[in-house]
This record gives sequence, structure tokens and C-alpha cells, in this order.
Amino acid sequence: MNSLAFPFVPLSRTGTIPLSPVPPLPDTDRKPLTKKEVSADHPTWCPGCGDFSVLALYFKMIEKRKLWHEKITTVAGIGCSSRFPYFVQAHGAHYIHGRALPFASGISLSRPDLHVFVFGGDGDAFSIGGNHFNHTARKNIKLTYVVMDNQVYGLTKNQTSPTTPLGRKSKTDAWGNADRPINPMKQAISAGATFVGRTSATSPNHVLEMMEAAMDHDGFSFIECLSECVEFFPGAFDAAIPRKGGKFELIPPTHDVTDEYAAYRLSDNPWPGQFGIFYKVNRPTKNASEAKIIADHKAKVAGLADWQILQKSFDRMK
Amino acid sequence: MSSTIASGTPGQVPQISQIPEAVIRIAGNSQDGIQAIGGFLARLAGRSEQEVMTFMTIPSTISGGPSIFQVRIGSGEVLSAGDEADMLLAFYQHSYENHLGSLKKGGIVLYDSDHVKEIQPENLSKYRHVGVAISGLTVEAIGGSGRDKGKNVFALGLLARMFDLSVPKLHKLLEERFAGKDPAIVENALNCFNAGYNYTLATAHELFCLKPGENVDHNQVVMSGNEAIALGLLAAGVRFGAGYPITPWSDIMEMLRRELPKYGGSFIQGEDEIASISMAIGASYGGRVAVTGSSGPGISLKTEALGWASMAEMPLVIIDVQRGGPSTGMPTSVEQSDLNIACFGGHGDSPRVVLAPSNVEDCFYTAIEAVNLARKYSTPVILLTDQGIATRIEAFPEPDLKKICQDISPDLSPIADHKPYDLSAADGITRHIAPGTRVATGKYPVVTGLEHDELGHPTGSPKLHIAMTSKRRNKLKKLGRELPVPKVYGPPEGQILLVGWGSAQGPIQEAVKTARAAGEAVSGLHIKYINPLPEGLEQIFEGFRHVFVVELNDEGLYGYGQLAAVLRARYCNPKIRGITKVDGLTWKIREILDLARALAK
Repeated sequence: MNSLAFPFVPLSRTGTIPLSPVPPLPDTDRKPLTKKEVSADHPTWCPGCGDFSVLALYFKMIEKRKLWHEKITTVAGIGCSSRFPYFVQAHGAHYIHGRALPFASGISLSRPDLHVFVFGGDGDAFSIGGNHFNHTARKNIKLTYVVMDNQVYGLTKNQTSPTTPLGRKSKTDAWGNADRPINPMKQAISAGATFVGRTSATSPNHVLEMMEAAMDHDGFSFIECLSECVEFFPGAFDAAIPRKGGKFELIPPTHDVTDEYAAYRLSDNPWPGQFGIFYKVNRPTKNASEAKIIADHKAKVAGLADWQILQKSFDRMK
Repeated sequence: MSSTIASGTPGQVPQISQIPEAVIRIAGNSQDGIQAIGGFLARLAGRSEQEVMTFMTIPSTISGGPSIFQVRIGSGEVLSAGDEADMLLAFYQHSYENHLGSLKKGGIVLYDSDHVKEIQPENLSKYRHVGVAISGLTVEAIGGSGRDKGKNVFALGLLARMFDLSVPKLHKLLEERFAGKDPAIVENALNCFNAGYNYTLATAHELFCLKPGENVDHNQVVMSGNEAIALGLLAAGVRFGAGYPITPWSDIMEMLRRELPKYGGSFIQGEDEIASISMAIGASYGGRVAVTGSSGPGISLKTEALGWASMAEMPLVIIDVQRGGPSTGMPTSVEQSDLNIACFGGHGDSPRVVLAPSNVEDCFYTAIEAVNLARKYSTPVILLTDQGIATRIEAFPEPDLKKICQDISPDLSPIADHKPYDLSAADGITRHIAPGTRVATGKYPVVTGLEHDELGHPTGSPKLHIAMTSKRRNKLKKLGRELPVPKVYGPPEGQILLVGWGSAQGPIQEAVKTARAAGEAVSGLHIKYINPLPEGLEQIFEGFRHVFVVELNDEGLYGYGQLAAVLRARYCNPKIRGITKVDGLTWKIREILDLARALAK
């Protein structure tokens, strides 16, 4: 007869750290987190990097929406922008290159009580993680994905990225990029994302508006945020920055956000395009469809303890 | 059994011989439902308190292609699927020709005379031939188009008659198998079975009766290794998993997909192998150990993420149902060539735990242990099984589920302070808190693949890299000290110690029995905990002149299989040598002994 060499022992999750009981505090007594309370490491980004703005607005949203430390889950892959979780004083995970979305999906699907924010760059989202982007969108997994698009590989110091414009020279394309860049809006819409927004780090109020709308969306919400790499691709987004002579043009209010074809056409506007919500529809999330499957199955075994459910499986194998 | 076969003349009243065990090989094509007959026989044995073990080969094509199912039923201990068959059931000429060699001299070949037309006269003297027009008689019994449907059940009826199997029990199994379908289908199956059972075997003048089993004191369950792993994970409290389809791992994910929702859990089919392991790691980070798994190339794809789990010290269970490699290799053949990737796969120093169950029952318990070790040591755990265990069906005593089932849901109550990678933790082990947990100090951890400080923030400090690398290593060294020392099968001293892992356990033990019966001083040692290794192996090795590591992988550039190489590196003991093969088939007892004897000369 077989037995377990390592039987289950309830583990102290904190190891040897003494568990000092903390009196439960009702959330109503808690004050919104200040920037100081919610910031952690000082960002490693270069001075002037657009990512600072995105981080500051994430803090602002946390404060404004009264999110508590423990309810914030920030996930990122690899890249300059993906350093994000270290700068936020909250639960966070810094995962491998390109795979932040499936990691975040695992959290989202197993922990319905949390809203997961994923931050990353254009390489992470559209190159190494391109397929995950498509499938997370298609499955409509409930989470918010902010891609800080700088159209260049910054952390590895100036190589061509999947959103680098045609003709731009880089260390890997000394004669200019010859590959058609990805259009993130089109990519997201065609993949089946249910919230597709576009903003620019230089328009802080708009970034906040987009982040809040994305967080409130029940489904896969995607924001492309133009975020300039001042070191390797300075001036990339000048055409969208009013103080540099450009124009930050909002999507006209007449645009029907539930019209997929209109959203697609909007994505084709000449550079720098328009900003705002391109597409937003409600489609059942993977989270909801799994919850339904679970409810249906649990109804069939109602009143049984887990071991009794398992016993039924064993009884069928006699 | 061959010794019990007596020659007789047709027309004689059948004589019934009691036999302790029988090895039946069924050979046909993959769409003939021969796995189903084998499954019925195995399940019947389980219900009759007999020991049973099966072995099958399936072609990696969707439909068609030769396929076999071998079942060994015994009233005593059954350790392997058997070297030679007592009976061959051959559906086609190719089945007859290719598998006659696997039959014992004097064994019975029962063949479908509608398909097997050429019989070499010299075979008639070596084996007892029983021809039955199985295809034609099936059509006669149940009508139909004369296609292949139903002939497996007819053949089951024939076997039931020859081996005096319990008809009521088989009827019940057939009814259960087809339950929920059109009642006409159940009736058809029963008619078909009865037609086979009532067919007068004119040439069979001897019938056999298996002695009642000795395991009468407990209920038995009958299942495959893959099923046992899935059920073990459920018992262990796993409620989330993700995977991508690949043979032979897919059975586990399909079963978990069906079963998990009943327990409030989910199994997600990822877009690829990397997404699947990443989802599982994400769910583990969410506070409850999750599972992923794969076979062959899928394991290679997962190694980067596995390295992250090792670095971030995230509990995770990864099932590797090994198959023939490298690359796409031999998808439906047995091989044990993933030990290296399981123990060492990935870049950098990335310690992880590797366990290898030895049989179907062990699959159930090892799956639970994998979960418990992952939690206790906050580490990825790889469960290495193989095609040989994954698909074979065995009976084992029913576990006490009420006692075994455990709740591992996360504790989200607030805590005072927390540093996951605490270097001064007394047990030296990392503990993670799940998102949702409030920390009173307001300082929250990050889990990361970058080298980090105690709170998980990145560092380039040489001192910290050294300290954290040691921390990740030392917790597994601690586990190594806690592992049970394996017991020698047979006397602790002798000429040859046959060391094995995974599915080699049964054949090695049977080889030890056979050799000892022949007066040879051979013992066996099974290593279940592959990485880290338990302590005390060197003392065991001292008792033997030769230590041969028997494994289903290549001898490599330097003449050692994968575990043999690890043991040599660990113990620097020149008497450790390798016995390996890569023919894609499980060990035969004779093969092990022949190779061991040759090497010991």
C-alpha cells in the first residue's frame, strides 16, 4: 500500500516571520493612498521619458478611485516600461519577456476579486508577445493592458521595433526599416479586444480618462499610450504634441464605439491619427464563461464536500 | 500457463485448468476497439481482486495503423505487462505475423480466420492455432454492414469463454460503458458478447480459470497513470491549470478540464505551451499552486518560464509525460530521456524538484506530493512520468479520500510585515503572500525574475546574487536531507544492484525475482526523488559489486544514461554503469538480465 512521504501540513505563509495579528480595518476608515504611499523604487527611466507620466497617472487613478494597496496587482514583462511594478508600492510581478498577458490571465481567472493591470512596451506586446496579445483579446480576459509605445527598443539601446515607422534607421536597420509596422489599433480590433483606446503620455488628463474607462470595462481593455523615448527616438510623437507644434486630435464624439468597421477606418487616419476610445463593446468575458461552467457543474454536486465529489470519480473506476 | 496446455483431440469435453496468471496480447488496428477489450479485461480483473497491468502501443496517426494491447492478469503480484504472451488474439494477417513472436512456445493464437489466411505450417507445431471467423460471425450476430464495428466485443465473448471470466461482471461493464447511449446499442453489445461467448470453440479442448485473487481485503480501483495523476491533483487541492494539447499529456488536461469545474476550479487551454505555463504561474502567484504539463517539445518550450518560477521561487507543478525524443521524435513511444531537461533545463542555475512515479498507484500519490513539496519549498516541481505509465491500466487499493483530500486555498488575512525573500528566515525558505493580502507596514513585495533583494526589488549586488543563489540551492539541499532513503528490493548485499526510476520499477523487481530464483545475487533500487537525490545512496551502493542504472534513454557520448551520469557525478563511483535502450518499448525482463549479466562479466 502506498502512502505519502510528504503529507499536507498547513503552512505559515510567512515562514518564520511572526504573524502579528492586524486588526481588520473597514475600508470606509481608510484614506485614499497618496503618491508617496503608493510609490516604491525611484524609476530607472531616463529623464524626460514619457513613461514617468504614465506612472504618475496610475498613482493618480489609484488615489482618485480609492484603490487600496492590497487590491492593486501590477504585472509587466520585459522592457524599459515593464520595470513599472517596482515603482508601485503594491502587489506586483515582473515576469518574462512577452508573456505578461498569460501570467496576468492566470491571476485574473483564478482571482476574480482582483483587477489586474498589465504594463509593457511595443516589443513585449506586438513582437515576442504578439500571439498572446491576440488570444488574450479574443478570449476577452478581464484585465487592463497599457502599452507604452515608443516605436523603438529602448532597453537594448535602439533596435527596430514592430511599431517602428518605415524608413527609420536603427542599429539593426542601418539603411532604414523596411518592414511594415504594426498598427496597434487595427491589431487589437481584429483580434477581438472589447475596449480599444489610444492616448499619449503628453496629454495627462486624457491618459487618466482612458485608464479609468479601461479599468471600468468588463473585459480585455487595451490602451496604446504614445510614450516618447527621449534617448533613442526623440521627437517621434511631436506631430501629436501641441506644445511642439503638433495636434492632439480627439476622436469626434459622433464616432460609434460599437461599430467595428468605423473603428477600423479610424485606425487608418494618417499619422499621428486620433485619440480616444476607438472601440468598446460588451461581450461575455472568459471570466464570466468559466464562472458559468463552474456554477453549472457545482449545481450537479451541490452539498458534497470535495472528497465526496472525488469519491464519485473513484466509484466509476471500480 | 504453457505448462498446463495439454494436447487433446477435437470433440473431447473441455478440461478446465486453474492458472495463476495470464498474459493476453490483442493485436489489430487502432480503430478496432482493441483498447476497449483490454480495458474491459483490466477493469474486470480489478473487480475480481486480481492484479492487472496493461501495455499498449498506438500509432500516432488519427485512424488506422497497427496497434496492440497487452493485458496481464494475475492472482499474485503483477510487476510488468509480461515478456511473452500466453495468448495472442490476432485480427489481421499483419497482426498474426508481427506478433506471433511475442507468444510463448505452446501458447494459443486465436485469430480471425476471415482475415488471417496464410499460416506457415512450421508455426502449427509451435503454437496452438484457433481460427474463428470473427468478422463474419459478428455480422451474423448483430447484422450491419460487415464493417469492423462490434468484433471487439465478440472477441471479448470468446476470451470470456476461454478464460472462464465472470459473465455477469462483464455484462455490467458493457452496460456501464454504453450507458447513456441508445438502449439499442447496449443490447447490440450484449448480443455480440453473448454470440462470442456461446460460440463453440471446436478446437479448444481446454479452458482456463484464473485463480481467485489474494487481494480480497480491500476495494480496488482501475485506471491509467494519466487518470491517476489528474485525480491526485484534485485530491491535493489544485484548482487551476493550463495546458496545450500534446500526446501523451493531453489525457490529463482533458480530464482536469472536465473535472475541475465541479470543485470550483478551471483548466484553461492556452494558445501555446508558454502561455499555458505562464497562466499556471500567474495562478500560483494568485495564491494557490497551479498545474501545467506537457510532453516532448512542449517541455522545451516551457523552460524559460520554469526558470522564472525557480528564480522567483514560485510554487508550481509541471507534469512531463515523457515520450520518444528529441524534437517531435516518437510521439507514442516510451522513453525516459527528459531527466536532463527536467533537472537542468533552462539557462542559469535554476534549482527545482523532480519526482518520478513508478506505477499507476504511485502517480496518484506522487501528484499529491508534488503539490505539497511545491508549497513547502516554494519551488517548481516537475513530475516525470512516461508513456509507459501514462496509458497503462492497473488496479490498486482504493485510497481513503476523506483523509487525503486537502484544502490549499490562500490565506488573505492581513499581516504585520512581509519579506518574501527573507535571507534570515530560520528555515531558509521563501514564502509568498497572495495579492489581496494587506501588509500593515505598507511595504509590498514584487515577485521577479531579476536577481532581487529580500522584498523582490532588483539588485546587481554580487553579495546578494551569491546569497540568493545559495538560498535557492540550500532549500533543496534541505529537502534532500528530509527525503526518505529508498529501500533495497532484495538483500542489501550482493553482486549486482539494478537501479531504476519511473516505469522501470516493475520490470526491475521482476528481473530481481527471476535472477534470484536462478541463484544470482541481484537486488534492485528504485529512485523516486530524482532532484534532489535522497541521502544514503552511497551506503547502499557499497553493498554491491556492480551498480547498473537501467533506463530507457541513450548511453550518450560517454556511455551512461541520464540518471547514471547524475549518480556518477554525485558519487564519483566507477562501479556505477548504465544499461540503456531506445527502442521505444518498455523493458522486457530478459533484456535487463541479459545486459546486466554481460556487463558484469
